[in-house]
Amino acid sequence: MNTAPAKAGWRFRQPSVIPGFGLTLGFSLAYLTLIILIPLSGLVWRSAALGWTDFWAIAVDRRTLNALKISFGTAFLAAAVNVVFGTIVAWVLVRYRFPGRRIADAMVDLPFALPTAVAGIALTTLYAPNGWIGQLLMPLGIKVAYTPLGIVIALVFIGLPFVVRTVQPIMEELDREVEEAAATLGANRFQTITRVLFPGLAPAIVTGFSLAFARGVGEYGSVIFIAGNLPFKSEIAPLLIVIRLEEYNYEAATAIAAIMLALSFVMLLVVNLVQTWSRKRYG
Amino acid sequence: MADPEIKSYEPHHESQSAAVTESRPVRWVAMGIAFAFLAVFLLLPLIVVFHEALSKGIGAYTEALASPDTRSAIRLTLLVAAISVPLNLIFGISAAWAIAKFEFKGKAFLTTLIDLPFSVSPVISGLVYVLLFGAQGLLGAWLKAHGIVILFAVPGIVLATIFVTFPFVARELIPLMQEQGNGDEEAALSLGANGWQAFWYVTLPNVKWGLLYGVLLCNARAMGEFGAVSVVSGHIRGLTNTMPLHVEILYNEYNAVGAFAVASLLAGLALVTLVLKTLLEMRYGAEIAATRGH
Repeated sequence: MNTAPAKAGWRFRQPSVIPGFGLTLGFSLAYLTLIILIPLSGLVWRSAALGWTDFWAIAVDRRTLNALKISFGTAFLAAAVNVVFGTIVAWVLVRYRFPGRRIADAMVDLPFALPTAVAGIALTTLYAPNGWIGQLLMPLGIKVAYTPLGIVIALVFIGLPFVVRTVQPIMEELDREVEEAAATLGANRFQTITRVLFPGLAPAIVTGFSLAFARGVGEYGSVIFIAGNLPFKSEIAPLLIVIRLEEYNYEAATAIAAIMLALSFVMLLVVNLVQTWSRKRYG
Repeated sequence: MADPEIKSYEPHHESQSAAVTESRPVRWVAMGIAFAFLAVFLLLPLIVVFHEALSKGIGAYTEALASPDTRSAIRLTLLVAAISVPLNLIFGISAAWAIAKFEFKGKAFLTTLIDLPFSVSPVISGLVYVLLFGAQGLLGAWLKAHGIVILFAVPGIVLATIFVTFPFVARELIPLMQEQGNGDEEAALSLGANGWQAFWYVTLPNVKWGLLYGVLLCNARAMGEFGAVSVVSGHIRGLTNTMPLHVEILYNEYNAVGAFAVASLLAGLALVTLVLKTLLEMRYGAEIAATRGH
């Protein structure tokens, strides 16, 4: 509409006949500042007040390092599992027609809707040694509940919709004519999928992986029931924050939280870079 | 997006040539893997909740739900959602209006800030309020001197819930309102409507299904939040226990029927949310299209 080049002088906003800019922006900023920005900057301020040596001492504490390693390691594994199965699920939902497809599609959002504590006790009951799945795995010597493997299971549950819902819309937009062209030019189906379709899906898969990974790192409710929570073995970083808080060790809780936040921001940055890169390349 | 030529190109008909779909065995294997995965990871956990809740019969189930602590947990959860969801709704509309209807400097940054709570661990969302309002907190001494209780009480639970559900409505509405543009509102204004009328009679009807969609997701998370609320609640039975926290307490007391009975209510809420969400997407998909797939 108003494509006029920038007029002389700096302008905070483009002129518009629509009213209410000051009111809505003012309210939004005030609310954002009160609810999100002040509390979060309180965290930053508290961890800065710790001083570098104290901060470093907490960061390299063996229990902290182990908790971070477990959180990031299990979240990485779970996101990798979700990339494989989530992509297959998305493909089946987008490309195949079968009775109950809508129900299966709606079910994918269950982890978004089901409270994490409910997921936690349900998964623990399923995978406990006497549970429906646990008793099948017991004879094979696989213990899931109260081990790091249990954390991975919980994070697979939590992360699945992130992968499916990121990949699915991109799959729906895939141009079938490109596949036909590939087939016409002599590619077999496997070559078409790996060489023609996959490059177009890869950025979405990477984004889905990052979202599932980021969510898994911070996840608490579904994990603490199934993890067993043994220090150094199956204790996740968010739980260690809670433990430090219960010990009134605010410094340690703050420092661990600050490390986790910093790592999440790096993740967010990577996601944005991947998205920008993919838009440039495939947009 | 809505190019009719592409729409009319039905990609899923059986008549498609073998060259652009997989062979039958491959299709069966892919569907088998997908179904098995969804059944094990999504369906079984859902079934086990109701199975465990009813494992000692319907009498034990209703008895568990009738206990005073459970009732007060249900009341608190409803109260917290009733405060936090409308507040985030007002914020969502206000932020979407400012961001979608106007061009201004720093808009992308503001949008990123709104999404911030989604990338923060729930435990940290609770922790920030402890650091602010706790006894050792920045405002702790001042609050104590003035007799204001926020932490380990309802206000703290409400604040933590608002924090974790902050982006839901805004992020559904912003892309939707951006897609719809300003034309309708400009027409209303030129016909003599004031700003409030333009919003109430033009914008709101245009976005109502997307708005409902956002509120639905916001409410589900508000009622189900565990980590953030757990940190600020203090776990006082009958006073500061929400339903998810009550599930944890009962479960840790080896009261499986009680824990799963309360959990079954939350699972029911999740199912209702999913059904409504699917209905909204089916009936008004085009009107909330910009919001699909977050």
